[in-house]
Amino acid sequence: MTTASSTSFVNIGERTNVTGSARFKKLVMAGDYAAAVEVALQQVEAGAQVLDVNMDEGLLDAHEAMTTFLKLIQAEPDIARIPVMVDSSKWDVIEAGLKCVSGKPIVNSISMKEGVDQFLEHARKCMAYGAAVVVMAFDETGQADTKERKVEICSRAYDLLVGIGFPPEDIIFDPNVFAVATGIEEHNNYGVDFIEACKEIKARCPHVHISGGLSNLSFSFRGNEAVRKAMHSVFLYHAIPAGMDMAIVNAGQLDVYDQIEPVLRTACEDVILNRDPDAGERLVALAEKFRGTDAVAEKQAAEWRGWPVAKRLEHALVKGIDAFVVEDTEECRLAFARPIEVIEGPLMDGMNVVGDLFGSGKMFLPQVVKSARVMKKAVAHLLPYIEAAKEPGAKGKGKIIMATVKGDVHDIGKNIVGVVLQCNGFDVVDLGVMVPWSKIIEAANENDADMIGLSGLITPSLDEMVTVAEEMQRLQMTMPLLIGGATTSRVHTALRIEPAYKGPVVHVLDASRAVGVATTLVSETIRDDYVAKIAAEYEAVRVARAGRGQSELVPIDKARDNGFDADMSLKPGKPRMPGVHEFLDWDLADLRKYIDWTPFFRAWELAGNYPAILEDKVVGESATSLFADAQAMLDKIIAEKWLTARGVAGLWPCRRRGDDIIVHVEDEVHYTLPMLRQQIAKREGRANMCLADFIDHDGDWIGGFAVGLHGIEPHLARFKNAIDDYSDILLKALSDRLAEAFAERLHLFVRTSLWGYAEGEQLTNEALIKEQYRGIRPAPGYPACPEHSLKPILFKMLDAHRRTGISLTESFAMLPTSAVSGFYFGHPQAEYFGVARIGQDQLAEYATRRGISLELATRYLRPNLD
Amino acid sequence: MTPRETLLAEAAKRILITDGAFGTEIQNWKLDEAAYAGNLGLGHDQKGNNDILALTKPEVPETITREYLDAGSDIVSTNTFSANLISQADYGAEHLVREINLASAQIARRCADEYAAKDGRPRFVAGAIGPTNKTLSLSPDVNDPGYREIDFDYLKQVYREQIDALVEGGVDFILIETVFDTLNAKAGIKAAIEAGEALGRDLPIMMSMTLTDLSGRNLSGHTVEAFWHAVRHARPLTIGLNCSFGAEQLRPHVKTLSALCDTLIMVYPNAGLPNELGAYDEEPATTAGLVKEWADAGQVNVLGGCCGSTPEHIAAIVEAVKDLTPRAVPVPEVRTRLAGLEPFTMAA
Repeated sequence: MTTASSTSFVNIGERTNVTGSARFKKLVMAGDYAAAVEVALQQVEAGAQVLDVNMDEGLLDAHEAMTTFLKLIQAEPDIARIPVMVDSSKWDVIEAGLKCVSGKPIVNSISMKEGVDQFLEHARKCMAYGAAVVVMAFDETGQADTKERKVEICSRAYDLLVGIGFPPEDIIFDPNVFAVATGIEEHNNYGVDFIEACKEIKARCPHVHISGGLSNLSFSFRGNEAVRKAMHSVFLYHAIPAGMDMAIVNAGQLDVYDQIEPVLRTACEDVILNRDPDAGERLVALAEKFRGTDAVAEKQAAEWRGWPVAKRLEHALVKGIDAFVVEDTEECRLAFARPIEVIEGPLMDGMNVVGDLFGSGKMFLPQVVKSARVMKKAVAHLLPYIEAAKEPGAKGKGKIIMATVKGDVHDIGKNIVGVVLQCNGFDVVDLGVMVPWSKIIEAANENDADMIGLSGLITPSLDEMVTVAEEMQRLQMTMPLLIGGATTSRVHTALRIEPAYKGPVVHVLDASRAVGVATTLVSETIRDDYVAKIAAEYEAVRVARAGRGQSELVPIDKARDNGFDADMSLKPGKPRMPGVHEFLDWDLADLRKYIDWTPFFRAWELAGNYPAILEDKVVGESATSLFADAQAMLDKIIAEKWLTARGVAGLWPCRRRGDDIIVHVEDEVHYTLPMLRQQIAKREGRANMCLADFIDHDGDWIGGFAVGLHGIEPHLARFKNAIDDYSDILLKALSDRLAEAFAERLHLFVRTSLWGYAEGEQLTNEALIKEQYRGIRPAPGYPACPEHSLKPILFKMLDAHRRTGISLTESFAMLPTSAVSGFYFGHPQAEYFGVARIGQDQLAEYATRRGISLELATRYLRPNLD
Repeated sequence: MTPRETLLAEAAKRILITDGAFGTEIQNWKLDEAAYAGNLGLGHDQKGNNDILALTKPEVPETITREYLDAGSDIVSTNTFSANLISQADYGAEHLVREINLASAQIARRCADEYAAKDGRPRFVAGAIGPTNKTLSLSPDVNDPGYREIDFDYLKQVYREQIDALVEGGVDFILIETVFDTLNAKAGIKAAIEAGEALGRDLPIMMSMTLTDLSGRNLSGHTVEAFWHAVRHARPLTIGLNCSFGAEQLRPHVKTLSALCDTLIMVYPNAGLPNELGAYDEEPATTAGLVKEWADAGQVNVLGGCCGSTPEHIAAIVEAVKDLTPRAVPVPEVRTRLAGLEPFTMAA
């Protein structure tokens, strides 16, 4: 069996025990649980494998303190990852604790002190709660002191427990460590009694473990830490081979046996092993010499500002602290012969640490982007000196041209990948958004690039990427082409892009993979194997795709016969306020309430749903910190009015004709919206859906909207000047969220007021996000309405460009980037669906209905054709 | 033989099949509010209260149960995922918890016995217990991590009410499923143990965890191995995974559990991942092909489906694994197995 944390001797952290730590006791008594939780965290970080929690203090409500503290540490993934030892002399405190612990804890302790019945009752409860148990060597007549008593009580307890079905491996005996060198002769053999009892209990009781509290042993030497540490180490050195396999001990306060001063070690050994009657007195005499020698080590480590400068830079990079980076970089520059050495030395060393932590999943994107900000500030400080010395710049690992392709304006993901690559020593030449293929190739050649990375969010970008690949092939280029972005996929890359270009083509799933892929592609040793492997994978995708029986399509007229039969008696009535309504400056503070945060975290590659993600065991810490930064920036966006929310909504009479919707925008002004119908063969009872199905032949109503957030540019420029990628990406992500929130808010306003079919609607934001309202707002380019070129028609109907300032690119992406548009359908049975694959028959028919050539229709509908 | 012994005997012969989804099947009936509400005279909107159909439209759960038995299920579960006081309170139906569970259990029992009588093959009824929508491990208030909406004893009592009614209705086992919070599950175990003690007989427990991220943890943060350590004291008849993602994503975690647990492994995944519209469109043959890989590898004893699976999916699974050998239950070394969010195993 393999387990990450299998071990032969278990350290149990004792600092979260009010009887063992004066500091912890003080914190709990004062109700400062935040600081108390810190103590637990330090214990785990110091290597405790199990955390002992004890609140037995006369002036404390132990029940309350135990449950409060356990619930709090359950919320800290770094602490909660290890098992807890619920420690109390009072059973009711233990049981209350067990009700708050979710893993499998240890109970410390139960015993036969109050008789066998109670002992077994407690044991049965431990079994039902799912806990291992420490059994004290204690019975009705008292605590076991001699070896014989220890073995006798433990054997009896073992037989009783196994007799009720208690798993023997879940029994841990504590045969009582007592103080030695007390001056009382009867105590001299206590160490030996314990060690010898261990051997016999282990032999007599299969599968059990043995534990003990070490601090009792050295009770006579309170205040003399040096001697206590030596005694504990010597004791363990002898007790562990005898079978002791757990101890409640401060792991940081044990000496290495071999490194104990030999005179002291021998004296301790004489006492513990009871080698002669005067041993105790000798140790007491010797102890005075050692008093206080430990004081320096006891002191806490100095603040990081006191560290050597290289270490400080590393710390600042890992923690993303930019407050001192310029002064630390300057200190380094003065110490090195050439400024470039600061980059190649301490700064790159620090970034390598960041890269390793990110690569091993111990750091997450938001933190890495913050690290990059610190790095860039340091480099910016050094650049003038490097240029003054006319030195060549630092040689990176490789040079990458990055661009969002023509027609597309989305760049958050691309920027994140760029930052991560820069953190890992790559030179990134970022060409920005809407970059035509000619410019990408020109930049690649001019810069002698090692590879090109393309990004895109909307589906027409997929075609544009194929174009770039074809052009690269035409020029017989050989450099690798990396593909990324939300709509890209391994399958599309394999089917469409890779066949167009003979050089290596690699789909990069997310930013965390980008470094590995790029590093491999610039490596002389592993590149070729990797390229061959990827090519073979893509070939396999193509073969599998070709061999896969695609889902069966039915002819379009049959699909139409199986259309959704909406109950037109339910259709919404005439809007209260038909026509087009303009909103020039919607209150951002209002929109804030409608933000769906989950996609925000996804943009940063933090997986999980809001708000649970803030408590996530893996990314929670990172998510919480990101969320706090986002809230702070939102406060400023609103207070200082960085952005303006402009939108338009229209409601018009319409009617259905076949799969077209005819909209009467004004008298004599009609627009035709041709809709696509699902053609995949459906199971009995399921319709082949089309948005036109939700509109009545005999007259109906439809709506449209476009919303956008304006004014981001000066703020992005500001962040660019401040070399602050983190704030740049954060602002873009927030602006996107506000646009989505605006779409949600406006839809609500339309439902309850403008159209008014859902006047009394009362939904929480959660319910809104889950779309638990009546009606839908499908957008051109998305699954129910996959043809992007309906967007210009929608914009004309709304006069959206003039009214909202939103424009469309040649690929129908909206500018500003943070914008949303779509249609409103008010029928209660309207729901979202995906059109998915359509047949050539519908394609040809659609081209006619839409009034465009078959060739153009094929290009627009490419993603729905295979 | 007791139900535990009969199931173990059957599981030694072949891979057993449990049922598929209720929720997504009930959606196909396209019931309106009135159909849900019946004439119980409840104040709240009952639409979506799938469990109450046992009282207001019993033919719905009965038909679905029969469809699964027709498809070849050996085990059918009761349609009682949310039939507990906490979840029913959202519908103003908390006073009906006992009736719902009793009626649901009787429906499943009657159908199972009828099919068993027809062909002599034993059928089993698992009383399904959902996680409720409250959690004992996490605070709903970001600013107060120590806060909990409910406590262990309250949840235990809620579960106990449900368990007692299920047992009264004739279930063979208690299935604590879709465990997103391990402490909630431990309250369920304690309730089942106490219910068994009150009955004076063995009340076997089946445990099924659900994962919320691909690294293999549930919402309370436990890895599958830590989860096994935390619930092993229930002596579960089966342990495994359900819901979560599709079969594809569960593969590594099934393998981990299979090697680790000295009891039967039961896995019933969703029919793939939901598409962008929240619907499940994985074909029966695809699901069956994926779960068959576990059967081929000897990693499972009981298979079935969760969200999005249909009687056709179950039939396809039956067909795919009918000639395959069930997993042999391993005998792991005796070790002290503790857990926080992560497992901790002591050396011998």
